[in-house]
Amino acid sequence: MKLHNISFNNLKRRKGKMIFLVLGLFIGIATIVTLLSITESMSRDIEDRLDQFGANIVMVPRSENLTLSYGGITMGGVNYQTVEFDEERIPDIRTIEYSKNLGLVAPKVLGATTVKGKEVLLMGVEFETELQLKNWWQFDGTPPAAANELLIGSQTAATFNLSIGDTLALGSSDFVITSILKPTGASEDGIIIGDLHAFQKILGKEGKVSMVEIAAFCRDCPISELVMQIGEKFPEGKVTALRQAVMAKMQSIEMFKTFSYGIAVLVIFIGSLLVFVTMMGSVNERTREIGIFRAIGFRRGHVMQIILLEAMVVGLIGGILGFVGGNGIAWAALPLVIKNGSFAGLNYNLGGVALLLSVALSLVASLYPAQKASKLDPSEALRAL
Amino acid sequence: MTNNTTHDSAVGTNVQHLIEIQNIGKDYQEGESTVQAIKEMTFYIDDGEFVSIMGQSGSGKSTMLSILGGLNHPTRGEILLDTLDIYKLSSEQRADLRSEYIGVIFQSFQLIPYLTVLENVKLPMAITGRKAREQDKMARNVLARVGLANKADRLPDQLSGGEQERVAIARAIVNKPPILLADEPTGSLDSKTADEIMDLLKELNSEGQTIIMVTHNPEACKHTSRTIQVKDGSCYEH
Repeated sequence: MKLHNISFNNLKRRKGKMIFLVLGLFIGIATIVTLLSITESMSRDIEDRLDQFGANIVMVPRSENLTLSYGGITMGGVNYQTVEFDEERIPDIRTIEYSKNLGLVAPKVLGATTVKGKEVLLMGVEFETELQLKNWWQFDGTPPAAANELLIGSQTAATFNLSIGDTLALGSSDFVITSILKPTGASEDGIIIGDLHAFQKILGKEGKVSMVEIAAFCRDCPISELVMQIGEKFPEGKVTALRQAVMAKMQSIEMFKTFSYGIAVLVIFIGSLLVFVTMMGSVNERTREIGIFRAIGFRRGHVMQIILLEAMVVGLIGGILGFVGGNGIAWAALPLVIKNGSFAGLNYNLGGVALLLSVALSLVASLYPAQKASKLDPSEALRAL
Repeated sequence: MTNNTTHDSAVGTNVQHLIEIQNIGKDYQEGESTVQAIKEMTFYIDDGEFVSIMGQSGSGKSTMLSILGGLNHPTRGEILLDTLDIYKLSSEQRADLRSEYIGVIFQSFQLIPYLTVLENVKLPMAITGRKAREQDKMARNVLARVGLANKADRLPDQLSGGEQERVAIARAIVNKPPILLADEPTGSLDSKTADEIMDLLKELNSEGQTIIMVTHNPEACKHTSRTIQVKDGSCYEH
């Protein structure tokens, strides 16, 4: 017989009381876990949605000249770039320290060519990446799948009187127009978009890339850090973050986090009150029993040990059940909160915190009752003696 | 019993007693008035005695027992246990003293309801550092001694009053304390069971156990070697 046997037997044989205590903690922890889990899933959902707004980092060759364009209107004709990036160096972007924060990397080659006596801008892209990045693009026809297929802007189509299925000669090759972009109100309306390597050849820029658009998500790092790291890899490039998009993204997530932390603090407060009152009641009911322990020769510390060990076990059980239950509720409730939202998965760090919190809560709530119990005058506690 | 603690109180008599109760008084505060539960009591208990403290309810006898058990600080006087003034010790030291030297049989058994008979008996050993096997052996021996060997795994509420009293006795003597305090051990039992319990206590006493028993029942006093009569907070010896 050791002191812990007394605690365990009390919990084992007074199941009703234990269930009530565990329930108190379960509700508190489960609410916190549910809230944080849902917020986590919401954050991810928002990030995903914001990522769909496209690239938030742009890398162009460094130039001494100021750009002469604003809002799609370029002054001074087409700006011929003389400096380009080597295409084989583009994968280096993914070697930066924060590479896990990089989403899509979309290199493109730009250049002008003459079609039917008119100058037109060609943009060579990797279609698979580009279409993911510009997922707001809407077009008639099917997106290009082969190297000789083209996507053209609505204005280009109108200017050259082109339609889907037409053939267009660019350089020495013939291309088939498989899709026409619906008006976007942006630069794309007036250009011809084709395969990166095919256009490099036409423009005489084999193995060269004019610019790179990057979609980065930055849940836990400053975007400026990402920009700096890419800049270090490409000293010849000018890397710019589109701050507005990033700031909006971060702000929305932060708002949700602050909200859920606020609620969590409130729940923790209510939960600890509940456990405190229950523990207090449980200790008061055991006054006589504590008197017996003291009369038999138990020191104050022994009585404290019994009560605090019980609190710890209750805290552990409440914490584990609360974590499992909270995730279960979050999983079940998520479709109701976010349309098409998906559960972010078990967060074991949150599990660890929930467990620690539950045990700490239970211990803190029991500390005062335990201390009060251990200080009871044994003769007062027994009365009869 | 050995005593390693030095003490400064001179013993008033030439004979060394196991327990000396000297001028003990206990006042309680009830609202603004002070109630004297014990006016003044002086007596002694010798090693191996079976002494009953008898009196009507409210006479102060139970208060006296709790003072003897180191559970209730007296207002005046001193209790010398083997020449050691127990109320000069801290409350934690007195807890250790109880654990080692004093076994208590409470009024109405006071068993822990969620522990089995065997676990209840082992309870005082939970803080002694005895090995589990030794504890088990000692508890089973003492349960056999009180005739409950076959009910070790029952819970207290599955036992009769007499059986619960036996468990309480087993628990009080399992650590082999030199002094056994019993508070109305037969108070809630029928006369046949009460006799059986008294026989058991007498048997323990005949083996050298010092027992101090509080009772209001003159019948119970017949079994003891000496009776101290308590009336209105004072005591008279018979």
